[in-house]
Amino acid sequence: MLLQRFLIRLLTMAITLFGVAVVVFVVIRVAPGDPIAMMLPPGATQEDIDRLRALYGLDKTIVQQFFIWLAGVIRGDFGTSISLRQDVLGLVFNRLPATLELAIVALIMAVALGGTTAVLGAREHGTVVEAGIDIASGAALSIPDFLWGLVLILLFGVLVPIFDISGRVSPQLDLPFVTQFYFFESLLRLRLDLTWDLLKHMLMPAVALALPLAAIISQLLKQSLKEVLDLDYVVLARVKGFSETQVILREALKNAALPTLTLVGVQFTFLIGGTVIVERLFSYEGLGNMAIDAVINRDLPLIQGIVLVFALLFVLINLAVDMMYALLNPRLRHG
Amino acid sequence: MDEARIARRGLGPRLWLAGGWLLLALLAAIFAPLVAPQDPLAQDLMLERLPPFWMSGAEPGYWLGTDSLGRDLLSRLIFGGRIAFIVAFAAAIAACLVGSTLGLIAGYFGGWADRIISRIVDVWMAFPPVLFAILLVAVLGTGLSSVILAIAIIDWTRFCRVIRAEAMGQSRMDYVENARIAGYGRIGIMLREVLPNVVPSIVALLSLEMGIAIIVEAILSFVNLSISTDDPTWGGIIAEGRLSIHQAWWVLVFPLITLILTVLSFSQFGEALKTRFDPVLR
Repeated sequence: MLLQRFLIRLLTMAITLFGVAVVVFVVIRVAPGDPIAMMLPPGATQEDIDRLRALYGLDKTIVQQFFIWLAGVIRGDFGTSISLRQDVLGLVFNRLPATLELAIVALIMAVALGGTTAVLGAREHGTVVEAGIDIASGAALSIPDFLWGLVLILLFGVLVPIFDISGRVSPQLDLPFVTQFYFFESLLRLRLDLTWDLLKHMLMPAVALALPLAAIISQLLKQSLKEVLDLDYVVLARVKGFSETQVILREALKNAALPTLTLVGVQFTFLIGGTVIVERLFSYEGLGNMAIDAVINRDLPLIQGIVLVFALLFVLINLAVDMMYALLNPRLRHG
Repeated sequence: MDEARIARRGLGPRLWLAGGWLLLALLAAIFAPLVAPQDPLAQDLMLERLPPFWMSGAEPGYWLGTDSLGRDLLSRLIFGGRIAFIVAFAAAIAACLVGSTLGLIAGYFGGWADRIISRIVDVWMAFPPVLFAILLVAVLGTGLSSVILAIAIIDWTRFCRVIRAEAMGQSRMDYVENARIAGYGRIGIMLREVLPNVVPSIVALLSLEMGIAIIVEAILSFVNLSISTDDPTWGGIIAEGRLSIHQAWWVLVFPLITLILTVLSFSQFGEALKTRFDPVLR
């Protein structure tokens, strides 16, 4: 049953990705503005323009172009960036780790912050503490990451300048890294001086991305915890003499976490979507920042590649969450 | 019932505060030429980067200071509100019409209609929304109608998903079955029986979407892709403020406060309206 579920999900995933590819391909090709004209110096002849147009396959019909591109994508060839004149896949792989690192650090923060406040709120049920957590999570949820980023820039970039407000790493540093996962690699190599520098750049964008998600986790998990806390087995644990915190952490949490997990999956894709503007805001050299440049430069192959990678990421996360849910949920596991 | 009454009373002051701010901002935007103290476009290099009124070096008549071109910040915020509210209302209503209609159809009729609509929603959800918005505006060309269209094209799924789920729940209710037995047609039942029951959610989402539309417009003007660069927009002012953050913090702080208050107000207002309209809670 699990396998069947997995295969169905895989099929819908493929359909979704194909849909994304079609939509983005059509959308960017109805765009006015000629990317080829932007590449050439003003004095270029019509012959030069035609030659370049043929080189990028832009002289064919949209349908032909789509299938040529699709055949390439299946072979792992996403074409050549028009503005950067490099292989699209290489460019994407070069930037993707920066975005993934940022998103994962933000996710960890959101789970830690949301989880802690949920447990605290459930334990202090009906007190000022719970009311405070409710107000804070309400505000964190209503204000989007873009605005949180600006608030953080003002607070910790200008008022108390303890963090860097732009870039991924200080440019004067020598980087010994072999992967593009600078942050994780610096941890593994125990180059904590570099970890600190990277963290100083990453912390504010990560917090901006984490706050809305932390608020959702906090609200939902607290709600589930409260429901579970009234169940017999939890009451029994309490009678046995466990403290309220112990009851929550040892008994209630694992059963209350399941509904939250599904939501976190969907919300994590929103978080990744948010990296586009947050990276821009902090001049963080990730995929999203490159995507905005690609749109501004009308770099069609690069836009297509980036959007498809984002879409792939989204459907993979949804698939992973779905599978995790099926594995963890006893009813589905044995059903 | 008691809990509902408490919840409603608790929302009272919040509703008034949120509604009060929105009304104030909206009136200021509508009567911008009358209430703005200065011409929002007038540049004066003698007056560049004046601080807000309580700081030394401030000039009377320039309450919130000026930007690096000597333009009055308060007047720019007031005029920027015009674009913000036009985008908020137009984009949210457009997204609502498309999304709610499709959601209602998918949820009530189910079957093939539901499968097709849900698949399209899946595809839409696989796009990073901000990137999608930037891409659409780049394609449609900058300008007010492009921004509105782009937001509507992206955000109809918010309405569609929620209304689909609600309509699905409603269509299983007894009263829908009764209406069918009473001989009403399918579309008649959908519009007369199901639709009124999902209106509270639509209203709440509409208010929330207005806040979201304002943010998206701000993001688009922040990356310089919204309307023409001459007219002041909140996002455009924020972009200027981000550049001159170390010389003139107020150019970033005041539009940021304006945006936060507006977005919070729209979401609170939506919550309050939902509680008020909800037949169960009422």
